[in-house]
Amino acid sequence: MTQAILTIEDYAKTFHLHERNKDIPSASGVNLSVYPGRLTALIGPTGAGKSSVLKGIYRTYLPSSGRILFRTKAGNIIDLAKACEHQILELRKQEIGFVTQFLYCLPRKSAIDVVAEPLFARGVDSHEARGRAEKLLAQLAVPSHLWNVPPATFSGGEKQRVNLARGLIAQPRLLLLDEPTASLDPATTERVIKHIQSLKETGIAMLAIFHHPDLVRRLADEVVELSPPIAVTELSKD
Amino acid sequence: MSRKILEVRGLSRIHGKGCPLCTQHTGPEFDTNICPFCGSVVAAHDINFDLYRGEILGIIGESGSGKSSTVKMLYFDDAPTSGQATFFDGAEQHDLFSLNAAQQRSMRNKRFGMVYQNPHMGLNFQISAGGNIAERLLMSDLKHYAEIRRRAGELLSRTEVSLARMDQNPKTFSGGMQQRVQIAKALATRPPLLFLDEVTTGLDLSVQAAILDLILEIQNELDTAMIVVTHDLGVIRLLAGRTLVMKHGRVIESGLTDQILEDPQHAYTQRLVASAL
Repeated sequence: MTQAILTIEDYAKTFHLHERNKDIPSASGVNLSVYPGRLTALIGPTGAGKSSVLKGIYRTYLPSSGRILFRTKAGNIIDLAKACEHQILELRKQEIGFVTQFLYCLPRKSAIDVVAEPLFARGVDSHEARGRAEKLLAQLAVPSHLWNVPPATFSGGEKQRVNLARGLIAQPRLLLLDEPTASLDPATTERVIKHIQSLKETGIAMLAIFHHPDLVRRLADEVVELSPPIAVTELSKD
Repeated sequence: MSRKILEVRGLSRIHGKGCPLCTQHTGPEFDTNICPFCGSVVAAHDINFDLYRGEILGIIGESGSGKSSTVKMLYFDDAPTSGQATFFDGAEQHDLFSLNAAQQRSMRNKRFGMVYQNPHMGLNFQISAGGNIAERLLMSDLKHYAEIRRRAGELLSRTEVSLARMDQNPKTFSGGMQQRVQIAKALATRPPLLFLDEVTTGLDLSVQAAILDLILEIQNELDTAMIVVTHDLGVIRLLAGRTLVMKHGRVIESGLTDQILEDPQHAYTQRLVASAL
Protein backbone atom coordinates (compact mmCIF):
# COMPACT_ATOMS: atom_id res chain seq x y z
CA MET A 1 0.00 0.00 0.00
CA THR A 2 1.12 3.58 -0.62
CA GLN A 3 2.32 5.83 2.17
CA ALA A 4 -0.37 7.12 4.52
CA ILE A 5 -1.34 10.79 4.09
CA LEU A 6 -2.58 10.92 7.68
CA THR A 7 -1.49 8.91 10.69
CA ILE A 8 -3.05 9.42 14.10
CA GLU A 9 -1.15 8.13 17.10
CA ASP A 10 -2.94 7.86 20.41
CA TYR A 11 -5.27 10.86 19.95
CA ALA A 12 -7.25 11.86 23.01
CA LYS A 13 -9.55 14.77 23.69
CA THR A 14 -10.91 15.79 27.04
CA PHE A 15 -12.96 18.93 27.66
CA HIS A 16 -12.36 20.74 30.90
CA LEU A 17 -15.45 22.65 31.99
CA HIS A 18 -14.29 25.36 34.40
CA GLU A 19 -17.77 26.30 35.59
CA ARG A 20 -18.47 22.76 36.79
CA ASN A 21 -14.86 21.85 37.45
CA LYS A 22 -15.36 18.72 35.42
CA ASP A 23 -13.39 16.81 32.81
CA ILE A 24 -15.40 15.27 30.01
CA PRO A 25 -13.49 12.79 27.82
CA SER A 26 -14.68 12.74 24.23
CA ALA A 27 -12.14 10.40 22.67
CA SER A 28 -9.10 8.46 23.76
CA GLY A 29 -6.53 6.03 22.44
CA VAL A 30 -7.39 6.64 18.79
CA ASN A 31 -4.93 5.22 16.25
CA LEU A 32 -5.59 5.16 12.54
CA SER A 33 -4.19 5.84 9.08
CA VAL A 34 -5.71 7.27 5.94
CA TYR A 35 -4.31 6.55 2.47
CA PRO A 36 -4.53 8.32 -0.90
CA GLY A 37 -7.41 7.01 -2.98
CA ARG A 38 -8.89 5.10 -0.06
CA LEU A 39 -11.64 5.74 2.45
CA THR A 40 -11.31 5.03 6.15
CA ALA A 41 -14.65 4.83 7.96
CA LEU A 42 -15.02 5.62 11.64
CA ILE A 43 -17.69 3.58 13.32
CA GLY A 44 -18.92 3.21 16.88
CA PRO A 45 -21.86 4.18 19.09
CA THR A 46 -22.91 7.76 19.81
CA GLY A 47 -20.38 9.30 22.17
CA ALA A 48 -17.51 7.13 20.96
CA GLY A 49 -15.70 10.23 19.73
CA LYS A 50 -16.09 9.91 15.96
CA SER A 51 -16.74 13.62 15.34
CA SER A 52 -14.15 14.45 17.98
CA VAL A 53 -11.49 12.76 15.84
CA LEU A 54 -12.50 14.71 12.71
CA LYS A 55 -12.58 17.98 14.63
CA GLY A 56 -9.22 17.23 16.21
CA ILE A 57 -7.69 16.73 12.76
CA TYR A 58 -9.23 19.98 11.47
CA ARG A 59 -8.21 21.65 14.76
CA THR A 60 -11.73 22.80 15.58
CA TYR A 61 -10.82 20.95 18.78
CA LEU A 62 -7.44 21.32 20.41
CA PRO A 63 -6.24 17.73 20.89
CA SER A 64 -5.41 16.90 24.54
CA SER A 65 -2.74 14.37 23.60
CA GLY A 66 -1.42 12.30 20.75
CA ARG A 67 0.01 13.10 17.34
CA ILE A 68 -1.84 13.82 14.12
CA LEU A 69 0.75 13.47 11.40
CA PHE A 70 -0.20 14.87 8.01
CA ARG A 71 1.95 14.41 4.90
CA THR A 72 1.73 17.65 2.91
CA LYS A 73 1.78 17.95 -0.86
CA ALA A 74 5.37 19.13 -0.55
CA GLY A 75 6.19 15.90 1.29
CA ASN A 76 6.69 17.36 4.78
CA ILE A 77 5.17 15.75 7.84
CA ILE A 78 3.25 18.21 10.03
CA ASP A 79 1.78 17.38 13.44
CA LEU A 80 -1.65 19.00 13.15
CA ALA A 81 -2.07 18.82 16.92
CA LYS A 82 0.79 21.30 17.32
CA ALA A 83 1.02 23.24 14.03
CA CYS A 84 0.64 27.02 14.26
CA GLU A 85 -2.72 28.57 13.40
CA HIS A 86 -1.55 30.16 10.17
CA GLN A 87 -0.21 26.81 8.99
CA ILE A 88 -3.57 25.18 9.75
CA LEU A 89 -5.45 27.92 7.90
CA GLU A 90 -3.23 27.43 4.86
CA LEU A 91 -3.74 23.64 4.94
CA ARG A 92 -7.51 24.15 5.20
CA LYS A 93 -7.37 26.36 2.15
CA GLN A 94 -5.19 24.08 0.07
CA GLU A 95 -5.13 20.50 1.29
CA ILE A 96 -7.68 19.50 3.95
CA GLY A 97 -11.45 19.76 3.45
CA PHE A 98 -14.22 19.12 5.96
CA VAL A 99 -17.86 18.49 5.19
CA THR A 100 -19.62 19.12 8.50
CA GLN A 101 -23.24 18.42 9.27
CA PHE A 102 -24.19 22.08 9.20
CA LEU A 103 -23.92 24.80 6.62
CA TYR A 104 -22.71 28.17 7.84
CA CYS A 105 -22.87 30.81 5.17
CA LEU A 106 -23.59 34.44 4.56
CA PRO A 107 -27.20 35.37 4.12
CA ARG A 108 -26.87 37.12 0.75
CA LYS A 109 -24.63 34.67 -1.08
CA SER A 110 -26.18 32.55 -3.81
CA ALA A 111 -25.86 28.77 -3.61
CA ILE A 112 -23.40 28.87 -6.53
CA ASP A 113 -21.13 31.32 -4.76
CA VAL A 114 -21.34 29.42 -1.49
CA VAL A 115 -20.19 26.30 -3.33
CA ALA A 116 -17.54 28.13 -5.39
CA GLU A 117 -16.08 29.94 -2.37
CA PRO A 118 -13.24 27.47 -1.63
CA LEU A 119 -12.13 27.96 -5.25
CA PHE A 120 -12.33 31.77 -4.97
CA ALA A 121 -10.16 31.52 -1.85
CA ARG A 122 -7.55 29.65 -3.87
CA GLY A 123 -7.61 32.34 -6.51
CA VAL A 124 -9.40 30.35 -9.24
CA ASP A 125 -10.95 32.60 -11.90
CA SER A 126 -14.54 33.36 -10.85
CA HIS A 127 -16.08 32.31 -14.17
CA GLU A 128 -14.38 28.93 -14.01
CA ALA A 129 -15.17 28.52 -10.30
CA ARG A 130 -18.88 29.18 -10.87
CA GLY A 131 -18.90 26.80 -13.82
CA ARG A 132 -17.48 24.01 -11.68
CA ALA A 133 -19.98 24.84 -8.90
CA GLU A 134 -22.90 24.54 -11.36
CA LYS A 135 -21.65 21.20 -12.57
CA LEU A 136 -21.40 19.84 -9.05
CA LEU A 137 -24.80 21.20 -8.00
CA ALA A 138 -26.31 19.48 -11.03
CA GLN A 139 -24.53 16.23 -10.17
CA LEU A 140 -25.94 16.38 -6.65
CA ALA A 141 -29.43 17.09 -8.01
CA VAL A 142 -29.89 20.57 -6.57
CA PRO A 143 -32.66 22.05 -8.78
CA SER A 144 -31.23 24.70 -11.09
CA HIS A 145 -33.83 27.32 -10.12
CA LEU A 146 -32.21 27.37 -6.66
CA TRP A 147 -28.67 28.00 -7.82
CA ASN A 148 -28.89 31.76 -7.70
CA VAL A 149 -30.80 31.85 -4.42
CA PRO A 150 -29.13 32.05 -0.96
CA PRO A 151 -29.41 28.63 0.75
CA ALA A 152 -30.96 30.11 3.94
CA THR A 153 -34.48 29.15 2.78
CA PHE A 154 -33.56 25.71 1.41
CA SER A 155 -34.85 22.46 2.90
CA GLY A 156 -32.53 20.41 5.12
CA GLY A 157 -31.64 18.03 2.31
CA GLU A 158 -30.97 20.85 -0.17
CA LYS A 159 -28.74 22.63 2.34
CA GLN A 160 -26.85 19.44 2.95
CA ARG A 161 -26.23 19.00 -0.76
CA VAL A 162 -24.95 22.58 -1.05
CA ASN A 163 -22.72 21.92 1.95
CA LEU A 164 -21.45 18.73 0.38
CA ALA A 165 -20.79 20.40 -2.96
CA ARG A 166 -18.83 23.11 -1.17
CA GLY A 167 -16.71 20.50 0.59
CA LEU A 168 -16.12 18.45 -2.54
CA ILE A 169 -15.42 21.19 -5.06
CA ALA A 170 -11.86 22.03 -4.09
CA GLN A 171 -10.80 18.36 -4.22
CA PRO A 172 -8.55 18.59 -1.18
CA ARG A 173 -5.90 15.91 -0.69
CA LEU A 174 -7.60 14.82 2.53
CA LEU A 175 -11.36 15.04 2.91
CA LEU A 176 -13.13 14.66 6.25
CA LEU A 177 -16.81 13.73 5.99
CA ASP A 178 -19.19 13.87 8.97
CA GLU A 179 -22.36 12.02 7.98
CA PRO A 180 -22.51 13.57 4.53
CA THR A 181 -25.73 11.79 3.60
CA ALA A 182 -27.61 12.08 6.91
CA SER A 183 -30.66 13.94 5.59
CA LEU A 184 -30.66 12.85 1.97
CA ASP A 185 -33.23 10.74 0.14
CA PRO A 186 -32.12 7.36 -1.30
CA ALA A 187 -31.73 8.65 -4.87
CA THR A 188 -29.50 11.54 -3.83
CA THR A 189 -27.56 9.29 -1.46
CA GLU A 190 -26.86 7.07 -4.45
CA ARG A 191 -25.47 10.07 -6.38
CA VAL A 192 -23.26 10.99 -3.43
CA ILE A 193 -21.93 7.44 -3.24
CA LYS A 194 -21.02 7.56 -6.93
CA HIS A 195 -19.32 10.88 -6.44
CA ILE A 196 -17.29 9.64 -3.48
CA GLN A 197 -16.24 6.61 -5.52
CA SER A 198 -15.06 8.88 -8.33
CA LEU A 199 -13.14 11.02 -5.82
CA LYS A 200 -11.34 7.92 -4.63
CA GLU A 201 -10.29 7.21 -8.18
CA THR A 202 -8.68 10.66 -8.38
CA GLY A 203 -6.53 9.76 -5.37
CA ILE A 204 -8.28 11.77 -2.66
CA ALA A 205 -7.89 10.30 0.83
CA MET A 206 -11.04 10.28 2.94
CA LEU A 207 -11.93 9.78 6.56
CA ALA A 208 -15.66 9.50 7.03
CA ILE A 209 -18.48 8.94 9.49
CA PHE A 210 -21.58 7.36 7.93
CA HIS A 211 -25.03 6.97 9.30
CA HIS A 212 -25.79 3.66 7.64
CA PRO A 213 -23.75 0.44 7.85
CA ASP A 214 -24.62 -0.05 4.20
CA LEU A 215 -22.55 3.00 3.23
CA VAL A 216 -19.60 1.72 5.24
CA ARG A 217 -19.86 -1.60 3.46
CA ARG A 218 -19.97 0.02 0.03
CA LEU A 219 -17.41 2.77 0.45
CA ALA A 220 -14.92 1.92 3.17
CA ASP A 221 -11.51 0.42 2.47
CA GLU A 222 -10.54 0.53 6.14
CA VAL A 223 -12.87 0.51 9.13
CA VAL A 224 -11.87 1.87 12.52
CA GLU A 225 -14.17 1.15 15.42
CA LEU A 226 -14.19 3.57 18.33
CA SER A 227 -15.70 2.87 21.70
CA PRO A 228 -16.26 5.38 24.46
CA PRO A 229 -13.89 6.43 25.79
CA ILE A 230 -10.81 4.18 25.73
CA ALA A 231 -10.34 1.31 23.33
CA VAL A 232 -9.93 1.41 19.58
CA THR A 233 -9.54 -1.45 17.17
CA GLU A 234 -8.39 -1.22 13.61
CA LEU A 235 -9.97 -3.78 11.34
CA SER A 236 -9.10 -4.34 7.75
CA LYS A 237 -11.93 -5.12 5.40
CA ASP A 238 -9.82 -6.98 2.90
CA MET B 1 2.61 31.06 2.19
CA SER B 2 1.07 34.29 3.39
CA ARG B 3 3.19 37.20 4.45
CA LYS B 4 3.10 39.01 7.74
CA ILE B 5 1.69 42.54 7.58
CA LEU B 6 1.57 43.49 11.24
CA GLU B 7 3.45 42.33 14.32
CA VAL B 8 2.30 43.57 17.72
CA ARG B 9 4.46 42.96 20.79
CA GLY B 10 3.85 43.90 24.41
CA LEU B 11 1.31 46.58 23.56
CA SER B 12 0.07 48.24 26.76
CA ARG B 13 -1.96 51.28 27.74
CA ILE B 14 -2.51 52.57 31.25
CA HIS B 15 -4.82 55.55 31.79
CA GLY B 16 -3.71 57.49 34.86
CA LYS B 17 -0.39 58.01 36.53
CA GLY B 18 0.26 54.28 36.97
CA CYS B 19 2.28 52.56 39.68
CA PRO B 20 4.59 49.54 39.79
CA LEU B 21 1.71 47.37 41.07
CA CYS B 22 -0.86 48.29 38.40
CA THR B 23 -0.36 45.30 36.13
CA GLN B 24 0.20 42.84 38.95
CA HIS B 25 -3.11 43.52 40.66
CA THR B 26 -5.43 43.84 37.70
CA GLY B 27 -6.63 41.42 35.02
CA PRO B 28 -9.09 38.52 34.77
CA GLU B 29 -7.88 36.82 37.97
CA PHE B 30 -8.59 40.02 39.94
CA ASP B 31 -11.77 40.66 37.98
CA THR B 32 -10.90 44.30 37.43
CA ASN B 33 -8.73 46.52 35.28
CA ILE B 34 -8.56 49.30 37.89
CA CYS B 35 -5.44 49.34 40.03
CA PRO B 36 -6.43 49.08 43.74
CA PHE B 37 -3.36 51.13 44.75
CA CYS B 38 -3.35 54.10 42.40
CA GLY B 39 -6.73 53.92 40.66
CA SER B 40 -5.23 53.86 37.17
CA VAL B 41 -7.08 51.95 34.47
CA VAL B 42 -5.13 49.21 32.71
CA ALA B 43 -6.89 49.42 29.34
CA ALA B 44 -4.53 46.99 27.65
CA HIS B 45 -1.60 44.97 28.91
CA ASP B 46 1.00 42.96 27.00
CA ILE B 47 -0.98 42.40 23.81
CA ASN B 48 0.87 40.22 21.29
CA PHE B 49 -0.26 39.02 17.88
CA ASP B 50 0.69 38.70 14.23
CA LEU B 51 -1.55 39.54 11.30
CA TYR B 52 -0.98 38.16 7.81
CA ARG B 53 -1.80 39.75 4.47
CA GLY B 54 -5.47 39.31 3.56
CA GLU B 55 -6.30 37.76 6.91
CA ILE B 56 -9.26 38.74 9.12
CA LEU B 57 -8.48 38.67 12.84
CA GLY B 58 -11.35 39.00 15.29
CA ILE B 59 -11.02 40.60 18.72
CA ILE B 60 -13.91 39.73 20.99
CA GLY B 61 -14.72 40.74 24.55
CA GLU B 62 -17.17 42.71 26.66
CA SER B 63 -17.19 46.50 27.10
CA GLY B 64 -14.01 47.62 28.83
CA SER B 65 -12.05 44.52 27.85
CA GLY B 66 -9.54 46.56 25.88
CA LYS B 67 -10.45 45.51 22.36
CA SER B 68 -11.16 49.02 21.05
CA SER B 69 -8.18 50.42 22.99
CA THR B 70 -5.94 48.00 21.13
CA VAL B 71 -7.21 49.07 17.73
CA LYS B 72 -7.14 52.77 18.64
CA MET B 73 -3.44 52.60 19.43
CA LEU B 74 -2.66 50.86 16.15
CA TYR B 75 -4.62 53.54 14.26
CA PHE B 76 -2.87 56.31 16.25
CA ASP B 77 -6.10 57.49 17.88
CA ASP B 78 -4.30 56.88 21.16
CA ALA B 79 -0.67 56.36 22.15
CA PRO B 80 0.51 53.25 24.00
CA THR B 81 2.24 53.36 27.37
CA SER B 82 4.62 50.72 26.09
CA GLY B 83 5.01 48.13 23.37
CA GLN B 84 5.85 47.85 19.69
CA ALA B 85 3.97 47.42 16.45
CA THR B 86 5.73 46.75 13.17
CA PHE B 87 3.91 47.30 9.89
CA PHE B 88 5.33 45.41 6.90
CA ASP B 89 4.44 47.32 3.75
CA GLY B 90 5.89 45.62 0.70
CA ALA B 91 9.65 45.92 1.03
CA GLU B 92 9.32 48.58 3.72
CA GLN B 93 9.04 48.02 7.42
CA HIS B 94 7.73 50.67 9.84
CA ASP B 95 8.01 50.78 13.60
CA LEU B 96 4.60 52.43 14.09
CA PHE B 97 5.18 54.05 17.46
CA SER B 98 8.48 55.63 16.41
CA LEU B 99 6.87 57.56 13.54
CA ASN B 100 6.52 61.32 13.92
CA ALA B 101 3.10 62.99 13.74
CA ALA B 102 3.32 63.69 9.99
CA GLN B 103 4.38 60.13 9.22
CA GLN B 104 1.56 58.78 11.39
CA ARG B 105 -0.94 60.98 9.55
CA SER B 106 0.32 59.76 6.22
CA MET B 107 0.08 56.14 7.39
CA ARG B 108 -3.51 56.68 8.57
CA ASN B 109 -4.53 58.41 5.37
CA LYS B 110 -2.87 56.16 2.85
CA ARG B 111 -2.09 52.74 4.24
CA PHE B 112 -4.71 52.16 6.95
CA GLY B 113 -8.48 52.44 6.98
CA MET B 114 -10.84 52.64 9.94
CA VAL B 115 -14.56 52.08 10.23
CA TYR B 116 -16.02 53.16 13.57
CA GLN B 117 -19.19 52.00 15.30
CA ASN B 118 -20.31 55.61 15.39
CA PRO B 119 -20.44 57.14 11.89
CA HIS B 120 -19.87 60.59 13.45
CA MET B 121 -16.30 59.48 14.21
CA GLY B 122 -15.55 58.39 10.68
CA LEU B 123 -17.55 60.82 8.56
CA ASN B 124 -17.63 64.57 8.21
CA PHE B 125 -21.30 65.49 8.49
CA GLN B 126 -20.69 69.01 7.16
CA ILE B 127 -20.10 67.75 3.62
CA SER B 128 -21.67 65.32 1.13
CA ALA B 129 -21.09 61.57 0.99
CA GLY B 130 -19.03 62.01 -2.17
CA GLY B 131 -17.12 64.85 -0.50
CA ASN B 132 -16.17 62.58 2.38
CA ILE B 133 -14.58 60.15 -0.01
CA ALA B 134 -13.00 62.90 -2.11
CA GLU B 135 -11.39 64.24 1.05
CA ARG B 136 -9.57 60.98 1.52
CA LEU B 137 -8.73 60.59 -2.16
CA LEU B 138 -7.15 64.04 -2.14
CA MET B 139 -4.75 62.84 0.53
CA SER B 140 -3.53 60.14 -1.83
CA ASP B 141 -2.15 61.09 -5.22
CA LEU B 142 -5.36 61.90 -7.04
CA LYS B 143 -5.67 65.62 -7.80
CA HIS B 144 -8.09 65.99 -10.73
CA TYR B 145 -11.70 66.79 -9.89
CA ALA B 146 -13.20 64.57 -12.60
CA GLU B 147 -11.00 61.64 -11.67
CA ILE B 148 -11.76 62.01 -7.96
CA ARG B 149 -15.48 62.21 -8.64
CA ARG B 150 -15.37 59.13 -10.86
CA ARG B 151 -13.45 57.15 -8.24
CA ALA B 152 -15.76 58.30 -5.41
CA GLY B 153 -18.73 57.18 -7.50
CA GLU B 154 -17.10 53.81 -8.07
CA LEU B 155 -16.48 53.33 -4.36
CA LEU B 156 -20.03 54.29 -3.43
CA SER B 157 -21.56 51.94 -5.96
CA ARG B 158 -19.22 49.19 -4.78
CA THR B 159 -20.54 49.66 -1.26
CA GLU B 160 -24.10 49.82 -2.62
CA VAL B 161 -24.83 53.46 -1.92
CA SER B 162 -27.07 54.87 -4.65
CA LEU B 163 -25.17 57.35 -6.83
CA ALA B 164 -28.22 59.60 -6.70
CA ARG B 165 -27.26 60.28 -3.08
CA MET B 166 -23.61 61.02 -3.71
CA ASP B 167 -24.10 64.77 -3.33
CA GLN B 168 -26.32 64.50 -0.27
CA ASN B 169 -25.16 64.92 3.28
CA PRO B 170 -24.70 61.55 5.06
CA LYS B 171 -26.62 62.81 8.08
CA THR B 172 -29.79 62.23 6.03
CA PHE B 173 -28.80 58.56 5.49
CA SER B 174 -29.92 55.47 7.41
CA GLY B 175 -27.47 53.89 9.87
CA GLY B 176 -26.63 51.06 7.50
CA MET B 177 -25.98 53.45 4.63
CA GLN B 178 -23.76 55.64 6.81
CA GLN B 179 -21.69 52.54 7.58
CA ARG B 180 -21.41 51.79 3.87
CA VAL B 181 -20.19 55.33 3.19
CA GLN B 182 -17.66 54.89 6.00
CA ILE B 183 -16.46 51.65 4.40
CA ALA B 184 -16.21 53.33 0.98
CA LYS B 185 -14.20 56.14 2.55
CA ALA B 186 -11.91 53.75 4.41
CA LEU B 187 -11.28 51.85 1.18
CA ALA B 188 -10.64 54.93 -0.96
CA THR B 189 -6.88 54.59 -0.84
CA ARG B 190 -7.01 50.78 -1.13
CA PRO B 191 -5.29 50.31 2.21
CA PRO B 192 -3.71 46.91 2.87
CA LEU B 193 -4.89 47.12 6.50
CA LEU B 194 -8.40 47.95 7.70
CA PHE B 195 -9.70 48.29 11.26
CA LEU B 196 -13.41 47.71 11.93
CA ASP B 197 -14.68 48.65 15.39
CA GLU B 198 -18.16 47.25 16.15
CA VAL B 199 -19.31 48.25 12.67
CA THR B 200 -22.58 46.31 12.75
CA THR B 201 -23.54 47.03 16.36
CA GLY B 202 -26.92 48.70 16.62
CA LEU B 203 -27.99 47.98 13.04
CA ASP B 204 -31.01 45.89 12.04
CA LEU B 205 -30.17 42.23 11.56
CA SER B 206 -30.80 42.31 7.80
CA VAL B 207 -28.62 45.40 7.44
CA GLN B 208 -25.93 43.75 9.58
CA ALA B 209 -25.90 40.75 7.28
CA ALA B 210 -25.52 42.95 4.19
CA ILE B 211 -22.60 44.84 5.76
CA LEU B 212 -20.86 41.60 6.77
CA ASP B 213 -21.32 40.25 3.24
CA LEU B 214 -19.85 43.43 1.82
CA ILE B 215 -16.83 43.23 4.13
CA LEU B 216 -16.11 39.67 3.05
CA GLU B 217 -16.52 40.48 -0.63
CA ILE B 218 -14.07 43.34 -0.28
CA GLN B 219 -11.58 41.18 1.57
CA ASN B 220 -11.82 38.66 -1.25
CA GLU B 221 -11.41 41.26 -4.00
CA LEU B 222 -8.68 43.41 -2.51
CA ASP B 223 -6.95 40.94 -0.18
CA THR B 224 -7.22 43.51 2.60
CA ALA B 225 -6.03 42.43 6.05
CA MET B 226 -8.59 43.36 8.70
CA ILE B 227 -8.89 43.53 12.46
CA VAL B 228 -12.53 43.21 13.44
CA VAL B 229 -13.49 44.30 16.96
CA THR B 230 -16.87 43.07 18.17
CA HIS B 231 -18.74 41.66 21.14
CA ASP B 232 -20.88 39.58 18.77
CA LEU B 233 -19.85 35.93 18.38
CA GLY B 234 -21.90 35.68 15.18
CA VAL B 235 -19.79 38.40 13.56
CA ILE B 236 -16.50 36.65 14.25
CA ARG B 237 -17.94 33.29 13.21
CA LEU B 238 -18.75 34.71 9.79
CA LEU B 239 -15.73 36.96 9.31
CA ALA B 240 -12.64 35.96 11.23
CA GLY B 241 -10.25 33.07 10.64
CA ARG B 242 -8.54 33.66 13.97
CA THR B 243 -9.75 35.36 17.12
CA LEU B 244 -8.33 36.95 20.25
CA VAL B 245 -10.51 36.93 23.36
CA MET B 246 -9.93 39.90 25.70
CA LYS B 247 -10.96 40.59 29.26
CA HIS B 248 -9.84 43.32 31.64
CA GLY B 249 -7.19 44.53 29.23
CA ARG B 250 -5.61 41.13 28.61
CA VAL B 251 -5.74 38.61 25.79
CA ILE B 252 -6.92 35.58 27.72
CA GLU B 253 -7.17 33.22 24.79
CA SER B 254 -6.44 33.13 21.08
CA GLY B 255 -6.99 30.55 18.39
CA LEU B 256 -8.77 29.58 15.21
CA THR B 257 -12.25 31.06 15.39
CA ASP B 258 -14.07 27.73 15.10
CA GLN B 259 -11.85 26.34 17.87
CA ILE B 260 -12.59 29.34 20.13
CA LEU B 261 -16.32 28.78 19.56
CA GLU B 262 -16.40 25.00 19.84
CA ASP B 263 -13.55 24.25 22.21
CA PRO B 264 -12.97 27.38 24.33
CA GLN B 265 -10.20 26.89 26.90
CA HIS B 266 -10.57 29.79 29.30
CA ALA B 267 -13.38 29.89 31.89
CA TYR B 268 -14.53 33.30 30.65
CA THR B 269 -14.65 32.20 26.99
CA GLN B 270 -16.58 29.09 27.99
CA ARG B 271 -19.15 31.28 29.75
CA LEU B 272 -19.27 33.69 26.81
CA VAL B 273 -19.87 30.94 24.25
CA ALA B 274 -22.36 29.12 26.48
CA SER B 275 -24.41 32.27 26.96
CA ALA B 276 -24.63 33.13 23.26
CA LEU B 277 -28.14 32.93 21.90
